[in-house]
Amino acid sequence: MRLPPQPGERIDRGESVAFRLGPWGMTGYSGDTIGSALYAAGRRVFSRSFKYHRPRGLLCCSGHCPNCMMTVDGVPNVRVCVEPLRKGAVVTPQNVWGKLDRDLLSVVDKVGGPFTPVGFYYRTMIRPRRAWPLYEKVLRNLAGLGRLTEDAGHTRRYDVEHRRARVLVVGGGQAGRTAAFAAATMGPGVVLVDEDWRLQGTELEGVEVLAPASALGIWEGNLVPVDCGTVLYRFRAERIIVATGALEQPLVFPGNDLVGVMFPSAVRRLVRQFSIKPGDRAVVLASDEKGLAVADDLREAGVAVPRVVDLREGAPGELAAHGRKGRLGRVTLDGQAVDCDLLVTSAARQPSYSLLAQAGARVEYEPSLGVFVPTELPAGVEAVGSVTGQGLVKADSLPAYEGPGKCFVCVCEDVTTKDMKRAIVEGFDSIELAKRYTTATMGPCQGKLCQLASIRLYARERQAHEATIGTTTARPPWTPVELGLLAGRELTPARRTSIHFRHEEGGARMLWAGPWKRPYSYGEKPEDEVRAVHESLGVIDVSTLGKLLVEGPEAAALLERLYPNRFADLRPGRIRYGVLTSDGGRIMDDGTVARLADDLYYVTTTSTGADAVTAWFEWWNAVWGYGAEVVNVSGALAALNLAGPQARDALGRLTEADVSAEAFKYLDAQEIDVAGIPCLALRIGFVGELGYELHFPSPAGEYLWDRLLGEGARPFGLEPQRVLRLEKGHVIVGQDTDSESTLLSAGMSWLPKLDKDDFVGKFALEHFAERDDRERLVGFTMEDDVLPAEGAQIVIEGRPAGRVTSARRSEAVGAVIGLAWVPADRAEGGTRFEIRVDRRTLGARVTHGAFFDPAGERMRS
Amino acid sequence: MSFFLPCPFCGPRPVDEFAYFGEVTQRPQGSATLRELTDYVYFRENVAGPQREWWQHRTGCGEWFLAERDTRTNEILDISPPQPSRST
Repeated sequence: MRLPPQPGERIDRGESVAFRLGPWGMTGYSGDTIGSALYAAGRRVFSRSFKYHRPRGLLCCSGHCPNCMMTVDGVPNVRVCVEPLRKGAVVTPQNVWGKLDRDLLSVVDKVGGPFTPVGFYYRTMIRPRRAWPLYEKVLRNLAGLGRLTEDAGHTRRYDVEHRRARVLVVGGGQAGRTAAFAAATMGPGVVLVDEDWRLQGTELEGVEVLAPASALGIWEGNLVPVDCGTVLYRFRAERIIVATGALEQPLVFPGNDLVGVMFPSAVRRLVRQFSIKPGDRAVVLASDEKGLAVADDLREAGVAVPRVVDLREGAPGELAAHGRKGRLGRVTLDGQAVDCDLLVTSAARQPSYSLLAQAGARVEYEPSLGVFVPTELPAGVEAVGSVTGQGLVKADSLPAYEGPGKCFVCVCEDVTTKDMKRAIVEGFDSIELAKRYTTATMGPCQGKLCQLASIRLYARERQAHEATIGTTTARPPWTPVELGLLAGRELTPARRTSIHFRHEEGGARMLWAGPWKRPYSYGEKPEDEVRAVHESLGVIDVSTLGKLLVEGPEAAALLERLYPNRFADLRPGRIRYGVLTSDGGRIMDDGTVARLADDLYYVTTTSTGADAVTAWFEWWNAVWGYGAEVVNVSGALAALNLAGPQARDALGRLTEADVSAEAFKYLDAQEIDVAGIPCLALRIGFVGELGYELHFPSPAGEYLWDRLLGEGARPFGLEPQRVLRLEKGHVIVGQDTDSESTLLSAGMSWLPKLDKDDFVGKFALEHFAERDDRERLVGFTMEDDVLPAEGAQIVIEGRPAGRVTSARRSEAVGAVIGLAWVPADRAEGGTRFEIRVDRRTLGARVTHGAFFDPAGERMRS
Repeated sequence: MSFFLPCPFCGPRPVDEFAYFGEVTQRPQGSATLRELTDYVYFRENVAGPQREWWQHRTGCGEWFLAERDTRTNEILDISPPQPSRST
């Protein structure tokens, strides 16, 4: 029921907002939260508890307790007491079988007691072991929180943003705002974070206000993730000021979870901010002036207050709440019964120190206040206001009220005093063990409302001081956060070559190749593109290759020591294939190395290896200090490989340079103009035909592509390229090799020059040369026309003995061919082995050398 | 791992900008025994305390440098340029 208009109320009575609670249409006012609108409409039961399905109503009204969690527009576990009311919102209760007011599962509360003691599922449901999945399924359905819909992942989008702040203030109360103002006078870069959406759009001079938003934790380097709904800001702050305040703590007594038992601050919020008359008759028990003052608020609102108890003057010896159907009806105080529908209680306020504790502060019991306070704050982190204990009033340890009803220590997880005591008896006598066994403090409130009560109970039961019981470790996130937010998009840009849009226009199917988008093929039939390269002319965009310049008087000496083979004796204008190995002798990357001048080399790497190879070269040069510089020019240069029997004629028509077989030989590198573009032309043969790889400035990419197509070159994609290179038996590092492969086992024992003084991987290769390899990489030809999957198992005498790394159907060879790792004693040419394809095993024979044009006449022609 | 690392050229930067290349090791000279080789390639001291290690400001200036870091606290005790030597 709403009160007449009040000064300072935050609702706008001129604007009503319609929403739904399940099938029922409801209305509230603009400025309401969903919780306040439901309460004003007379709704008292908001949820059903985790384990016993007891009715629960508003308790804290500030987004800390689990009692008002509902599903809003498909998002589960929304704390509706702080969720702004939106027009058309659809609110549904969760963890309920039936209706909120008549939940069929509340039978657990009536009869479940003896059968569901603390930790029951560890004990009674562990045998027979096989039945656990069934038990688990049933338990999951009975207990729990909200449920995600199947498509929940697709309905919202989350982002991550990195930000910096000079001062980050967490908490927008009096102390936080004062600190933010003071910081703002010293300069810009002050950000204030507060959970209350009322601060949204607040103008504080010189301060950026983020609300509603929660700081989830404090990591090293003053990293603070701030949850702003659908954006997660990763703040780096020079100073963090924590002003998270103190939270009222529940009293523990029989029936302390009944609907109608509320905190003083919750009642004040309902009356003052939402102008709601919260009940008819109220009993107030409080331990500070703020709490006791609520009695006046209630009387003003027309609520009868028959009893007010100041806990500082002595706590009642007996306290119990009774009700019907989970709703409060009567309170007994020292044998005297008082009828009421509202019981306003608080057992002191406890500093919200979690963030500080995560940052590395120590938490100590402060006997003069009866609560835990943070001390020894780490550098760069400060605390102001009641989180330090400032302004708090001592509340004596209150008596443990017992009685026939359940006394809840933890409302999130439905843990009672009986459960906690039983845990002690069973030997879980430290507070950390109790947490794990009983799950107290592990629910949605993360201990905000149950940590102190658990510690007090332990102190009492074990006759120890609160200080020796200590607290449990504070871990982030300090407030519940949607998983989607933690998995928010950290955007990784796709890399596209300068010719990308020509491929799309040409009908290419684009696919991811590492960070790159590359054409798979330009039509339905990659084999047509293969045929074009073999019979006439093809062109492929190889701009993704890593391209490095190594320049300096000692460039040759550096490369000589980085590669297993020789580069110092390479003549300017010539090209040699190189494989990089680690000092463990394993293959890392491969590519071609062209010597452009005595002191200048042009190195290509695999498409995904450019950055790693650059770092590798630079690292070794930091170790050795040769007079050479490494420059990564991968992005600056585009590259096209023009390949096929007509490649020379086509190139000849576009350049004035002499590209005849005599003037431009296989493995020559020449700087020539092609269609007016200065190019570095490399005559190499990855795809096995006469070919020229043209490297030139990226901006000319589309132009040169168009000119080559104009000369009759057919574009070919990655898939035909893979067929072509496989026909030549050329290895793709990372596909055919792995982190165990060596040059010797991968069939390139001709490459390393072990007589060199030193190179990276030399001593490992020397050792490998003395041992027999266990496995070898070999080519194979299938006996049948069946294509095995890449990764298919090789079977020898019925046992798994290796794997296929590449396989394709080749028209030119007229068979299915591939590469595979086989046991070393099966690597002889012609050896037969079997490959598992689906459920069959099919025969294959080892083939050495290239499958197609083994003498390499075509690429050398 | 969210501490700041002082790049000798760019100043303090979040550690995400750097590439870590492990503790400083001694590459065996001449003909190493299999034991020495295995130690060098596969084994690390993995100390709990100050450790000299390689870092590169990968997404910044790209330079390699040496840092002495306390592995327990991530406190950076010292930053130095590499001391190249061809005999390693």
